[in-house]
Amino acid sequence: MTDVVATNETILVVGGGISGMTAALEAAECGKDVVLLEKSPSLGGRVSQLYKYFPKLCHPTCGMEINLKRIKANKRIRVLTLAEVSAITGKPGDYTATIRISPRYVNEHCTACGACAEAVAAEFDNEFNYGMGKRKGAYLSSAMAYPQRYVIDPRILGTPDAEKAKSACKYNAVDLGMKEETVNLKVGAVVWATGWKPYDANKIQPYGYDRYKNVITSVEFERLMDPFGPTGGKLVRPSDGKEAKNVAFIQCAGSRDRNHLKHCSRICCMASLKQSTYVREKYADDANVSIYYIDIRAIDRFEDFYKRIQADPKVKFIKSKVANITEDKATGNPILHGVDTEGYHRYDNPHDLVVLAIGMEPSVDASRIMPGVKADASGFIDINATTEAVFGAGCASNALDVNRSVQNATAAALRAIQVVNRVSRAEA
Amino acid sequence: MTDLNKVMVEKYRNDFLKEVEANVEEGNWVKMCMQCGVCSGSCPLGPHWEHPPQEIFMMIRAGKRDEVLRSESMWMCTSCYNCIVRCPRELPITHIMHGLANYAHRLGIAPKLNPTRRFAKMFWNNITAGGRVNELKLSVGLYFMDGFASGIKKGLEMLPVGLGMLKTGRLNPFGLFSGGHCKGAGDIRKMIKKAKEIEDKRKGFAA
Repeated sequence: MTDVVATNETILVVGGGISGMTAALEAAECGKDVVLLEKSPSLGGRVSQLYKYFPKLCHPTCGMEINLKRIKANKRIRVLTLAEVSAITGKPGDYTATIRISPRYVNEHCTACGACAEAVAAEFDNEFNYGMGKRKGAYLSSAMAYPQRYVIDPRILGTPDAEKAKSACKYNAVDLGMKEETVNLKVGAVVWATGWKPYDANKIQPYGYDRYKNVITSVEFERLMDPFGPTGGKLVRPSDGKEAKNVAFIQCAGSRDRNHLKHCSRICCMASLKQSTYVREKYADDANVSIYYIDIRAIDRFEDFYKRIQADPKVKFIKSKVANITEDKATGNPILHGVDTEGYHRYDNPHDLVVLAIGMEPSVDASRIMPGVKADASGFIDINATTEAVFGAGCASNALDVNRSVQNATAAALRAIQVVNRVSRAEA
Repeated sequence: MTDLNKVMVEKYRNDFLKEVEANVEEGNWVKMCMQCGVCSGSCPLGPHWEHPPQEIFMMIRAGKRDEVLRSESMWMCTSCYNCIVRCPRELPITHIMHGLANYAHRLGIAPKLNPTRRFAKMFWNNITAGGRVNELKLSVGLYFMDGFASGIKKGLEMLPVGLGMLKTGRLNPFGLFSGGHCKGAGDIRKMIKKAKEIEDKRKGFAA
C-alpha cells in the first residue's frame, strides 16, 4: 500500500461515503489522479446502511453498485481503506498529507470465501448495524463491502482465534504480522468528505434512549428493515421481539435545539416520512404511525412526497415537540407526554416503538482539520472562511441529504480540479 | 380599570406584544417562541393551568391582552425551571411568567383572590419590613389568609410540627411580637423605595 504515487497534481479525497466516492469519481473521470481514503474497512459509508432512499424509495445498493463499478474501472483512483489523515501541512497546490493506515491482517489473496469467519469464535457488536447484533472477529462489514476482503478484528490478535483464522485460510491471505504504516503523500488539493454521525441520543435525557429499550434512533430503525440486518428484516421491537405496528416518530430529536444541535439537520423530516412507508409495507392496514413534529420541512419537490404521506389515513401528524417519555412497565410500551399546538390538548400516548429522528452532526469538527480550515457554529466546514484548498463535500460541509451531498461533492471536485490545474499550468 | 391600566391600553393600543416587550421582565423573548409546546408538556402543574406557557405566548402575539393579564395561569408557576431547561430556544419561561404576573399586579388587574398573588404580597411586606423574613409571622399570616376559623384549623393541624421546631430551637415564639428586623432595616426600606422609583420612571409607571 505504500507504493502510492502522488504528486502535487493529485487530489486527496478524505472519506469513502457517497460524497467522497462522488468527488473522487468526478475528479478522476476529468483526468485527475485521486487518492481516496476511508477509515473503515469498506467504502460506502452511511448510505450503504440505508434500506431505501427518499423520495423514489429505491434501494441504495443499486446506486452504490454503479459507483463501485465506476471506481473499479478507473485507473486514476487509488483507494486506501483503514486509512486516516493525521495531519496536513503545506499550502494550496503543495500539501503533504500524513496518513495512518491500520493493518487489516488480510492481504490481497483474500477471495472472501468466509472460512476465517467460520473458524473464529469471538463475537463483537456489529458497527454496521449500529451495535445491534453481533459479528465475528473475522468479518466482511457487509455483503456490498468494497474491497471484498475480510478483516481481522485486532481484538482477537494474540488469542487462539487469530491462529484459527490463519489456518482456516486456504489462500494464505491471513497475515497476522501486518503493522500499522504511516505514509506521506504529496497532494495539490483536498476534498474533505468525512460525513456525519448521528447525535448522541443519550444526551436527550427526557426521551430515555438510555433507559427504555423500545426507544431507538432513525438510523437503527433503518437497519431493522434490512433482510441482512439484526432482525433479518423483521420490524420488531428490541425489548421483546413484538411486532412494532404502532410506531411513533419524534422529529427534531437533538436538532433545532440550543441545548443540543443548533442547526436543522434537514434529512429527518423526509427520513420519518419515508420510514412511515416501511411500517405500512410490513403491516399494511394494521400499521399505525404517529409523527410528532414542530413543523415538517419537506423542501422543494419533496412537498409531493409529504402530501402523499399526509393523505394516508394510517399516518397521523401531531404538531408538538414531545416533552418526555415514560415506560409502561407491564407492556414495555413507551408513553409519550406533551401538549399539542393545535388546540393545546394534553396527551399521554402509548406506542409499541418510538423512533427518534436523530439529528446530524459532522463526524470531524472542521476546526481540527488544519489551521486554515474554518468551522461554522455547528462544526461543519465554513467554505467562505476557509483559506486552504481543502473543500468540504457532502455532510462535512452541511447537513445534507444524499441528493444534495452528491451535488455538493461534484462542486467540491470542481474546486479541487481548478487548484491542480493552476499547479500544472505553473509547471508547464 | 386603574389609571395606569388605561394609560397602557392607550399607549400600546393594538400591540400587546410590544407592551410585553417594554414592560414585562424578559418580555423581549416572547417573540422567539416557536410553538413547539415542550414547556407546556414539561410543566408539573401543567394540567392545572388554564393557558399553558406556549398558549400564553401565542395569546400575547395575538393581542389577547385582557385574557392574558387577567388570567390565573402564570400565577400557577412554582419556579421548578423544567421549562427553561428543556426549551429548545432557551427562553427564560419561568421569569417571563413571573414578569407577566408582576406586570398584571402593577396594573391592578391581576385576579384579586388568587392565593399565589396574596401570598406573594404577604411575603413582600414581611421581608421588606425587616430586611429578613419573619417566618412565624409569615406562616401565621398564611394560615389566617382565608379567615379566622380556617386559620385556627390550619394552625392546629400544624401544631405538632411547630412544637417539634420549638423543641429543637428552630422557631422563636417571641417572633410574633418582636420585629426580628436586621440591622439597618430602615436603610433597606429606603433602598427599595429608591429602586422602585427608578423602575417606575424607566418603565413609565410613574404618574
